[in-house]
Amino acid sequence: MGTALDIKIKRANKVYHAGEVLSGVVVISSKDSVQHQGVSLTMEGTVNLQLSAKSVGVFEAFYNSVKPIQIINSTIEMVKPGKFPSGKTEIPFEFPLHLKGNKVLYETYHGVFVNIQYTLRCDMKRSLLAKDLTKTCEFIVHSAKGKFTPSPVDFTITPETLQNVKERALLPKFLLRGHLNSTNCVITQPLTGELVVESSEAAIRSVELQLVRVETCGCAEGYARDATEIQNIQIADGDVCRGLSVPIYMVFPRLFTCPTLETTNFKVEFEVNIVVLLHPDHLITENFPLKLCRI
Amino acid sequence: MAVFPWHSRNRNYKAEFASCRLEAVPLEFGDYHPLKPITKFSSQVTESKTKKVNRKGSTSSTSSSSSSSVVDPLSSVLDGTDPLSMFAATADPAALAAAMDSSRRKRDRDDNSVVGSDFEPWTNKRGEILARYTTTEKLSINLFMGSEKGKAGTATLAMSEKVRTRLEELDDFEEGSQKELLNLTQQDYVNRIEELNQSLKDAWASDQKVKALKIVIQCSKLLSDTSVIQFYPSKFVLITDILDTFGKLVYERIFSMCVDSRSVLPDHFSPENANDTAKETCLNWFFKIASIRELIPRFYVEASILKCNKFLSKTGISECLPRLTCMIRGIGDPLVSVYARAYLCRVGMEVAPHLKETLNKNFFDFLLTFKQIHGDTVQNQLVVQGVELPSYLPLYPPAMDWIFQCISYHAPEALLTEMMERCKKLGNNALLLNSVMSAFRAEFIATRSMDFIGMIKECDESGFPKHLLFRSLGLNLALADPPESDRLQILNEAWKVITKLKNPQDYINCAEVWVEYTCKHFTKREVNTVLADVIKHMTPDRAFEDSYPQLQLIIKKVIAHFHDFSVLFSVEKFLPFLDMFQKESVRVEVCKCIMDAFIKHQQEPTKDPVILNALLHVCKTMHDSVNALTLEDEKRMLSYLINGFIKMVSFGRDFEQQLSFYVESRSMFCNLEPVLVQLIHSVNRLAMETRKVMKGNHSRKTAAFVRACVAYCFITIPSLAGIFTRLNLYLHSGQVALANQCLSQADAFFKAAISLVPEVPKMINIDGKMRPSESFLLEFLCNFFSTLLIVPDHPEHGVLFLVRELLNVIQDYTWEDNSDEKIRIYTCVLHLLSAMSQETYLYHIDKVDSNDSLYGGDSKFLAENNKLCETVMAQILEHLKTLAKDEVKTLEYIKKQSKQPDMTHLTELALRLPLQTRT
Repeated sequence: MGTALDIKIKRANKVYHAGEVLSGVVVISSKDSVQHQGVSLTMEGTVNLQLSAKSVGVFEAFYNSVKPIQIINSTIEMVKPGKFPSGKTEIPFEFPLHLKGNKVLYETYHGVFVNIQYTLRCDMKRSLLAKDLTKTCEFIVHSAKGKFTPSPVDFTITPETLQNVKERALLPKFLLRGHLNSTNCVITQPLTGELVVESSEAAIRSVELQLVRVETCGCAEGYARDATEIQNIQIADGDVCRGLSVPIYMVFPRLFTCPTLETTNFKVEFEVNIVVLLHPDHLITENFPLKLCRI
Repeated sequence: MAVFPWHSRNRNYKAEFASCRLEAVPLEFGDYHPLKPITKFSSQVTESKTKKVNRKGSTSSTSSSSSSSVVDPLSSVLDGTDPLSMFAATADPAALAAAMDSSRRKRDRDDNSVVGSDFEPWTNKRGEILARYTTTEKLSINLFMGSEKGKAGTATLAMSEKVRTRLEELDDFEEGSQKELLNLTQQDYVNRIEELNQSLKDAWASDQKVKALKIVIQCSKLLSDTSVIQFYPSKFVLITDILDTFGKLVYERIFSMCVDSRSVLPDHFSPENANDTAKETCLNWFFKIASIRELIPRFYVEASILKCNKFLSKTGISECLPRLTCMIRGIGDPLVSVYARAYLCRVGMEVAPHLKETLNKNFFDFLLTFKQIHGDTVQNQLVVQGVELPSYLPLYPPAMDWIFQCISYHAPEALLTEMMERCKKLGNNALLLNSVMSAFRAEFIATRSMDFIGMIKECDESGFPKHLLFRSLGLNLALADPPESDRLQILNEAWKVITKLKNPQDYINCAEVWVEYTCKHFTKREVNTVLADVIKHMTPDRAFEDSYPQLQLIIKKVIAHFHDFSVLFSVEKFLPFLDMFQKESVRVEVCKCIMDAFIKHQQEPTKDPVILNALLHVCKTMHDSVNALTLEDEKRMLSYLINGFIKMVSFGRDFEQQLSFYVESRSMFCNLEPVLVQLIHSVNRLAMETRKVMKGNHSRKTAAFVRACVAYCFITIPSLAGIFTRLNLYLHSGQVALANQCLSQADAFFKAAISLVPEVPKMINIDGKMRPSESFLLEFLCNFFSTLLIVPDHPEHGVLFLVRELLNVIQDYTWEDNSDEKIRIYTCVLHLLSAMSQETYLYHIDKVDSNDSLYGGDSKFLAENNKLCETVMAQILEHLKTLAKDEVKTLEYIKKQSKQPDMTHLTELALRLPLQTRT
């Protein structure tokens, strides 16, 4: 193996906030000495928006994918052209995470139609004979602290409370009660609450929590809004005991969730569905919009 | 050849004895005594040694000063300078440090876990569950066959079918490899799970962490499946093994990340000690697990790595446990959920035994969901699987017992009482009662026995089998005593139920437990009743054949409590009970137990006809089990037991009765040689006892009796196989006969011994190895010679006829070439003959005239004697000559001899010899 290039970010969790200094080392390791035409390091933060085929049609989705929005971009030259000695060379670097103007450092988010990503790229230019070396490494940005006000919600689900029912008379009788401790959630803390099956004629097969992301992309022609599932967590399996509260508990996955975000060009929002499956084949869903924040 | 005339030296034994004896010198208290300073000194040395230990190795000042005060050659050995004590001195501090280290380590361990050794660990239960919940499944299949034959086939088929599909599911995680496993037996299933365990380890070792996690998730998913419900407890055991492996792997990996080259993380580390990488990895695991879709795998996998919370925060575990406890509420199936609780308690006890709250919460949550067991969903499931409630409910105890045991471990009395009250309030609580009885302290149960009996009676018949409840109660009562006043009532109430049990298996399992209680607190009357009841239940249809282990246990318990065998055998039903053991191997086993107990507990010799009769019967049973295939060891064991019995039988002064007992025993135990040997010794002893009682003067009656004893021995010895056993017994019995003035009988013994000598083989088998017999023969002959000294000549035979005969035998015996054993014997003969030519012999037997008084130093006798000596002497000289002729051989011989430790003086001779031959 020839020359290897690696970026090591100082923090193990790679999490940084606006105003902090991103630091680390670039490691060049090689058995022999390496001739090069300069090493540079680029930090880049972009929002990639994608229009869904459902909203705008296949071709338009292909062509009209919105131009990425650049949040941050800076390059520094680390080493002038020269030669690295054999063995391991470590070059430290520091990037202040400062933004120009009124731009905001959005939190890292990996979604379907919206992606907010921050990367570090190290390039080593070399002579014509040898290929240039590149190494990319993602780091994570957490947005600034927001405000959190708890907002508990109580709910009752009975056949009467349901919408979109074709034949209400065919439904078995049931009464589910419960509450969410707050629909305003701190992203680092789990969604909690309780669910009680007070009564149900039909046996319960499963109760699940479905976490849904709602992404909205605005563009010249209007906007596209899509809801997709992030994860589905089963909280009850089988015919649970009546009258005994079952905990509602869900950890928000990292990267796939971020504080609820609303900008001029795009929106990222979250919702949770409580899905109850009854024997033989009934599916009951109750939807709760969430507001995520970071404190 | 020249003849060397032999003249024995005249000896005055009395004078020699007197001159050899040490002179006793009276000593005043203050006088000098040669041993005194040494003892004083040695005490000093020990003192200095102890000081040395204290000072850890600073030596010699005390010892040198003390050695200067006394000049004793031994002192140099005793003072600190000899290598051994120096070694001890240097070794001491190290040993001390090691001891301190180990004690510290032990203390650390005690701190580590609040759980002591009195907490029965899961590993004990594991095997039990695996064993039990396969057999029950088989049993339940048998049950099917009994009632509906047609269905049984399909049921078993369906089961294997289900196992198969389950295993196909297992394969899903191995992308691309779709193996098909047909008709797996349970053993195959177990093996397969073990393979998974291995592949988990392999995946981990080859850094395929995701695959490892997938395996674990797929495995724990199997726990949500309750088809083949009878197998569920075993399945739980197998799969939680995998989870344990996984938990350990994850913990160790994260732990190793915290260890850098310089420092090792202590066992009690706090989260601050863990580095960021380790924390991040740990968080990653938790995030990954939190996103597992299904409830049951998510619960099990998270519980399995509970310990890893230690890396993240101090309160992690104490926050996690209640949450996981609540999470179980989401599990609808009561069986699945109770096992999940058991797993959580198990992990909790292991990781944080001080967090009792969770355990209690699990218990109370379980009580809240208890009604589900009798709910519709479960009932429907049972109908589908064709399982009856009484075989479904016993699937719960392993998990419940474990939870209950965890809670009740070192729990305050108040909590236990509260738990019991809560259990009481619930309907259908047989299951709960059972677990309370198996998990709580025996003392707690025993003091409330009457309450429990009341509760058991109130239980629903259709549910949990009552005999299991009584069994559990019985187990407690065997360990702890109920209040004095309740005891009889408890037994009556319990037995009333037990005796009504129809199924012999159920009955015996229950009765076996209660026998202990009965034996412990009641007399033989009650025990007799119980035994009678057992016989009544087990005899029809030869039901006892299926329950030998339980019946054996009953016998063991009875024996353990009745040390007085006259009482034991007066229990009327005891012997009829023994008759139930009709399989020989079991019967012999039981007999062995009885004899073992007899030998251990019988203090006084006995002649109680009840005991003798019963035990003779028992011994006869043991003896009759011996056949050609019986192992040597087994024979030895049986002989030991029978001998123990024979030794304990005594009819006191009724010697004739005693002899007839021995006669009877001989006819009974003729196949066990050690027993016959014991009998011969006993009879000889009997003869000597008689002599002692008569003070040496036999009456006509006792003389006849003694001759009967002698005759007994004489006819018994030839039936023995061991040649030296026979020789020694002949000699021994001859001596006894001589002592009892049975001269012709003694002659017969000696003649028999002499005629047996030529039969002694060159090699004999000793402990399985072939050894040359010569040394044994030499030993025996020397012993024999000493006896021959005092044997008077028979008036009708020639002078010294026994000695002559023996000499002829020795002469004709084929000795090893080049060995000088024969000559050694001849020298011994010379000793004998010399002793015989004395005027008065060295020793005599009371009331037996030896040759010295018979011949009175008659010159003819002496001449005869000397002639014999000359012949013997000639033989010896002849041998010496052959030795001298073959110098090389001699040299070799001497060299060989000089190598032996006590022959070193020959080395010098060996060196000198070759020089002489050269000159």
